[in-house]
Amino acid sequence: MTAFLAILSRDLKLGLRQGGDLLTLVLFFVIVGVLLPFAVGPDRPLLSQLAPAIIWVAALLAQLLSHDRLFRSDFEDGSLALFRQASLSLDGLVFAKLIAHWLLTGLPLVVAMPVLALVLGLSADGFWLAVMTLLAGTPALTAFGAIGAAVTVGLKRGGLVAPVIVLPMSLPVLIFGTGAFDPARVGAASQALLLLAALSLVSMALAPFAAALALRISGE
Amino acid sequence: MAQTSPNTHPGWFTRIAHPGMFMGWTRHVVLPLAIATALAFAAGLYVVFFASPPDYQMGDTVRMMYVHVPTAWLSQFCYAVMFSSAIGTLVWRHPMADVSQKAAAPLGAAFTALALFTGAMWGRPTWGTFWEWDGRMTSTLVLLFIYLGIIALWRAFDDQLKAARIVSVVTLVGAVNIPIIKFSVDWWQTLHQPASVFRTDGPTVDFSILTPLLVMTLAFSLLFLTLHLVRMRTEVTRRRIRSLELAQARAAGGAP
Amino acid sequence: MSDISLAAEGIVLERGGRAVLVDLSLAVSPGEALMLRGPNGAGKSSALLVLAGLLAPQEGRVRFTGADPDAPPFAHLHWVGHDPAIKSGLSVAENLRFWIDVLGGRRDRMGDALEAAGLAGLEDFDAGLLSAGQTRRLALARLLAIPRPLWLLDEPTSALDADGAHWVGQLLANHLAGGGLAVIATHLDIPFSGDSKTMTLIRAGA
Repeated sequence: MTAFLAILSRDLKLGLRQGGDLLTLVLFFVIVGVLLPFAVGPDRPLLSQLAPAIIWVAALLAQLLSHDRLFRSDFEDGSLALFRQASLSLDGLVFAKLIAHWLLTGLPLVVAMPVLALVLGLSADGFWLAVMTLLAGTPALTAFGAIGAAVTVGLKRGGLVAPVIVLPMSLPVLIFGTGAFDPARVGAASQALLLLAALSLVSMALAPFAAALALRISGE
Repeated sequence: MAQTSPNTHPGWFTRIAHPGMFMGWTRHVVLPLAIATALAFAAGLYVVFFASPPDYQMGDTVRMMYVHVPTAWLSQFCYAVMFSSAIGTLVWRHPMADVSQKAAAPLGAAFTALALFTGAMWGRPTWGTFWEWDGRMTSTLVLLFIYLGIIALWRAFDDQLKAARIVSVVTLVGAVNIPIIKFSVDWWQTLHQPASVFRTDGPTVDFSILTPLLVMTLAFSLLFLTLHLVRMRTEVTRRRIRSLELAQARAAGGAP
Repeated sequence: MSDISLAAEGIVLERGGRAVLVDLSLAVSPGEALMLRGPNGAGKSSALLVLAGLLAPQEGRVRFTGADPDAPPFAHLHWVGHDPAIKSGLSVAENLRFWIDVLGGRRDRMGDALEAAGLAGLEDFDAGLLSAGQTRRLALARLLAIPRPLWLLDEPTSALDADGAHWVGQLLANHLAGGGLAVIATHLDIPFSGDSKTMTLIRAGA
């Protein structure tokens, strides 16, 4: 447990101290969300209809941007090799890293949501729904991203391959995340939220094993 | 000296799957298999074009189905082959499992692309459009992306032994994820299109359709088997050449 | 400190299609150090990685007799490689405390370890400000702060001056006197008094 908390607090400390990364991530999220209306046109009803899609695509891209650093610095400075001699298994340590990573890359998106909700003309109900879907869905994005980051950690040009692997795998998150907003179907929101939460729980529980396995292989 | 080598007492599987043995016994199998494939295609195409009736609704375009359905089946079967090879790579570290996995990926991508292409060709006269966001088509497209991602990952590595084990992890994760993707796409489709445009499992399958379908499925499966074996043989040869070159480069002098 | 012995038998290792280790066998008992010498590319680092369980050999096995069977498989050894596993952005003390928590050491040993490493007074400095030699010392301070019987050190004196090398020798001598064991890959002489033997690896296929 000490080891678990040590990883968690170290990664949070590093993430917050190097605040530039956090700022970049939030900025990227907001900029993508603000750029898309320029492509669509200043049509407020259409934009508020597209808002969930825009928010989720922006979130997906912003998360994608952040994954590469998840394991890379620990891999390059030798920390990952030392994790193997820890009192906790590598799976457990990776789980701690995932939680820290989500707190640093998933949660800030939720905090930045009001800005996008405002410019996209999202209703109050829509805003809260967007907050809920992001909270329920981004852990799954972190989990899939972690697998992508772990399998490419040994590659110098891994930053290019990982998104190609992660994006198709993340499709269910996008579908459930935006599906929650469908006005045509009664109960779609609660059903989608439940599915998102289930997906996040299962992927967060299983991803550490897959990622740790890939990290062990990459370390050889 | 207590050397516990796994090759001390090889079982039957190890013996037929050892790279050297594999090259030996497959040498005699490839040609007969290729001939069988050609015969199956000849028979299949004959039945498809001359011995099966046009559909009363779709007319002659129904014949597209005899290519579409077998390739769609192979697009999933290839993944099953990769999945079992991935387990062989991770659990037993079997070199032929690596090779089989690597050989299957482009075949899977090709059959998936073919299934999508024939689906689109068939969709034009049936739906009036090449691409419809139909659940089946959409999840097949995502499957194609997964195949292509796996191929990209293979190519990103220099060390193919390490690549095999890394790709295995992705293949296993994909195997867990593909049903979830399929489910989510179906859920998405019921959300946006309450009435399904088209279903292949709807009409009762007549015997006159079933025969060409089965023969063509057999032909395509034989084609896969042949190509898979040939690709595996190519890969083994490629690795041998590489290790020979490596040895030669080192023998040429100078420190490695 | 529990009495652990290390024995490796018939290690065969291939990396990237190249034979690195061919039938390597070695044994180290408590109070003993083994120096792995040899030219670059002879597989010294790889041998340490195999002993640390970070590389799986194609054949052969590594055995630890006397290790606690309930403990995690590699919780009785320290492996110190080329990369120091020190993060800039964290202070010197935070870096060491992190590894004490992760590897299961005792926090009250931290002050002494930093002092012995000659880093006293630098506790609150960002580790990114340390010189290469100081970073190496901080990495080696882990050995003191987290007592483990087996040390696997890869070029421990690289980046260190004569004083530093002398310190490493002292560290080793104390460790061995306390019943510890060590395997050290090095191409430099490490000045130390104690029971040691030397094994010279040659390049496989040469």
